[in-house]
Amino acid sequence: MMSQAYIKAISYYLPEHILTNEALVKEFPEWTVEKVAKKVGINQRHISAQDEFTSDMAIKASQKLFEEHSIDKADIDFILLCTQSPDYFLPTTACIVQDRLGIPTSAGALDYNQGCSGYVYGLALAKGLIAGGIAKNVLLITSEVYSKHIHQSDKGNRTIFGDAASASLISTDGFAAIGEFELGTDGSGFDDLIVKNGAMKSGTKSTDTNIEMDDFLFMNGAGVFNFTLAAVPSLVENTLSKNQLEGVESVDWFVFHQANSFMLNHLRKKIGIEQENFLMHMQDCGNTVSSTLPIVLKEHHEKFKTGQKALLAGFGVGYSWGGNVLTFC
Amino acid sequence: MNKEEFIQFFAEQFDETEPEEFKAETEFRQLEEWDSMVALMVIAMIDEEYNVKVSGDDIRNSTTIADLMAVVESKK
Repeated sequence: MMSQAYIKAISYYLPEHILTNEALVKEFPEWTVEKVAKKVGINQRHISAQDEFTSDMAIKASQKLFEEHSIDKADIDFILLCTQSPDYFLPTTACIVQDRLGIPTSAGALDYNQGCSGYVYGLALAKGLIAGGIAKNVLLITSEVYSKHIHQSDKGNRTIFGDAASASLISTDGFAAIGEFELGTDGSGFDDLIVKNGAMKSGTKSTDTNIEMDDFLFMNGAGVFNFTLAAVPSLVENTLSKNQLEGVESVDWFVFHQANSFMLNHLRKKIGIEQENFLMHMQDCGNTVSSTLPIVLKEHHEKFKTGQKALLAGFGVGYSWGGNVLTFC
Repeated sequence: MNKEEFIQFFAEQFDETEPEEFKAETEFRQLEEWDSMVALMVIAMIDEEYNVKVSGDDIRNSTTIADLMAVVESKK
């Protein structure tokens, strides 16, 4: 018999330094604090220290997971680490994390490169490992230092994105049963959200005297927005039907990737989800890419009652999207 | 499509620019308040009110509100 997979515990870590709207408006005087707060729904974001990287944040989130939930790290038999800002081209960040956390060397470990859909993809991979009998206790980490990809003159991206890491334990028992997945990909939108330079195809081009913006994160906001308008309603519908559910009223909670509050409210109304069923948490951490879903699940954890269902939806860079339905135990 | 209504919906996406400043011939991308966030709000408004998806290029290629209205009309 195939083993069922569950989310057993979630913790997350936010870096110490906080970038407030007040500080942003000082740099970009054409914006007002109220406007940023109202339109994007973000009051502050956390920014990693200059010498703080994806592995460091992954480790801090994992240590919080072990401490807050009394988890024995010796039980971890697989590490999945989602990042688009790894410490190195190679080796895999998850290997560094294994050693520094003291997880047994008998554990498997790998990084995977996804963004806003990354947590749902991680749940899918972890469920596969458990159902296949390959692992029993998967440490699923999301960790991003997008701030290091963003140029300081980029008002839009600096407003939206914050750094964060999350750590979840996916196991053969837990508080939320992982249901059926809907996953999708449309690489035709690959250059709407991209760091073009710095890897093999096109190396870093900035010099001491000349800044090359292609070395930094680029987002075609209108392109990404139109993608979500087209993709997310059917993602929700297909995720429901894969889980033998019909209509948005068949689910108690909706947890969408926290892109920005304006876009989420538009999507929510378009799909016909009531505000009280739609969980948000980005006001004090911003869009933290693959960490937004676990942060929302953690922050609203006390709302989840036995038998209730939550639909998770991640969508963005790639383009890539994924949905799942959790059933709370 | 009602021209006055479109201009009103368009004007509602702005906080600081006075509603009476918006006319069919207004060159909206020249407005001080215009930025990428307002552009997203205009895309959302057109999706919500007219069930039409305009692209970033559609907006960049429009000079006046009337130009954008013509794009929406052509996509209906």
